Amino acid sequence: MSGSFTTSTARNIFFGGTVFFFLLFLALTYRNEQALPARDNRANLTPQVVAGKKIWETRNCVGCHTLLGEGAYFAPELGNVYVRRGGAQGGTEFIKAWIKAQPTGAPGRRQMPQFNLSDKELDEIAAFLKYVSEINTSKWPPNNEG
Amino acid sequence: MQYKSQAVSKLYFVAAIGLFVAQVLFGLIMGLQYVIGDFLFPAIPFNVARMVHTNALIVWLLMGFMGSAYYMIPEESERELFSPKLAIALFWIFLVAAAATVAAYLLVPYASLAKWTGNDLLSTMGREFLEQPLPTKLGIVVVALGFLFNISMTVLKGRKTAISTVLLMGLWGLAIFFLVSFYNPDNIVRDKYYWWWTVHLWVEGVWELILGALLAFVLIKVTGVDREVIEKWLYVIITLTLITGIIGTGHHYFWIGTPEYWQWWGSVFSALEPIPFFAMTVFAFNMVNRRRREHPNRAATLWALGTGVMSFLGAGVWGFLHTLAPVNFYTHGSQITAAHGHMAFYGAYVMVVITMISYAMPLLRGRAANSNKAQVIEMWSFWLMTVSMVFITLFLTAAGILQVWLQRVADAPMSFMATQDQVALFYWLREGTGVIFLIGLLVYIWSFFSKGEDAAKA
Repeated sequence: MSGSFTTSTARNIFFGGTVFFFLLFLALTYRNEQALPARDNRANLTPQVVAGKKIWETRNCVGCHTLLGEGAYFAPELGNVYVRRGGAQGGTEFIKAWIKAQPTGAPGRRQMPQFNLSDKELDEIAAFLKYVSEINTSKWPPNNEG
Repeated sequence: MQYKSQAVSKLYFVAAIGLFVAQVLFGLIMGLQYVIGDFLFPAIPFNVARMVHTNALIVWLLMGFMGSAYYMIPEESERELFSPKLAIALFWIFLVAAAATVAAYLLVPYASLAKWTGNDLLSTMGREFLEQPLPTKLGIVVVALGFLFNISMTVLKGRKTAISTVLLMGLWGLAIFFLVSFYNPDNIVRDKYYWWWTVHLWVEGVWELILGALLAFVLIKVTGVDREVIEKWLYVIITLTLITGIIGTGHHYFWIGTPEYWQWWGSVFSALEPIPFFAMTVFAFNMVNRRRREHPNRAATLWALGTGVMSFLGAGVWGFLHTLAPVNFYTHGSQITAAHGHMAFYGAYVMVVITMISYAMPLLRGRAANSNKAQVIEMWSFWLMTVSMVFITLFLTAAGILQVWLQRVADAPMSFMATQDQVALFYWLREGTGVIFLIGLLVYIWSFFSKGEDAAKA
């Protein structure tokens, strides 16, 4: 790197390149927002689901579990847990019963805390997980095990 | 130390190392919980330990960046800090806020903490790495703005260099993209989409500007190579960083409900993300080879070279391993991700902060370099921590490959927990290596207390 390639040339390429690619990123974000309604299951984004998302957040579920592959890797993926545990045939009931039964207390096994959720809150978190399972994730995860 | 006000950085460096110890201790707790599931349950559930582990990391790296800036900017600007008092006040605010937040994580149920701290007014909590209660998040913004004001005023009134410009852009970018963490849409897909604007555009974007500036500063000092040459390299590296890294955000948009064109954009651009890290490695070695002086602080030079190599391996190579969409389809959200995360954070950000501390701390303590004995101890800590991090990464990668195979590829896929039992051996090996990492960190701290006769004069 010598001769005509000066520091100010390098700086100008930096600013030009950064601005260009950031604008491109904004354009892709705009297209993304246009495409999302067909994929993100927003038709089913009910107040109950929104309340369920809040329970997901305030119990820090993502501190152990993944949701659509993001989060901690200590406990099972929950983006598809509704499907894995029976879907329309008992998925919701399984999720509620599971949360209520924690912790298992089995010696040496990983433990999930008891969150003392009310019946209404249990319905909300289950509705949220059902909602997430219906998002179009381009066929991820590869199978039901998550 | 040329300017009195540089002394404020010492506070930041000491606190950073303290929080680093906390981070590693909680990492060891989590590592043990991976194999002894009920260890410390219900006193410290895994999710709580993880919040402390990751949040302590973020805070100590920010402390390290701030301390580095307070050290560098006076020398770059050739004048005293605009306000050393503000820097000290902000330090205590930041430290108390961080300690209070960690104490709250450990002592208060997270849902109660959310209720008491106004999460109902503006819900921002419960998202990975952004778990902090609203007052803490606001505190971070106040501290960041005060810090940026202080640093920017110093730069504006003094000499302007490429290094200080790049550092300022990185730090302002850090503050601006943190603001996105206050935006939490009800729609989980949009939530995740914009969550990455903070997380990805930090660690694969503006933080790399800070990394480049810190490394460039230390290399000028220890090699004596012309500033002109080093600054040109710096611009080339950060150009490569941002033209690959911004669109590279797309590698997080494969499977979260976002449209499929991201699989192309994300794969192609993030596959190029190793290039700036490779350039950084070449840069570090090239400058050291062309050195025009023998700086007495050989430990700092070792850390600088280590940053180049380990950031390329951790962020570059281990990132590339699972960044192409057809590969990521199988590896997404597995121990492969954890392996990459550990070596990338260590190699890029932990090591660059230690590089800076290693260079600046002896000067802050009134000598050009530590005694030979102290440097040898410090170099031992370098090898202990770096080699154990390589093995932590290898063991997590082995666990990840097995996990992906058993749970996602095999003809009769196992459940998540059954798979975890199968890979327990690698978790044990990781935990043992983690203990060696902790020993390395304790050796590092010991090096500060080692006295020797032949300390070089400042």
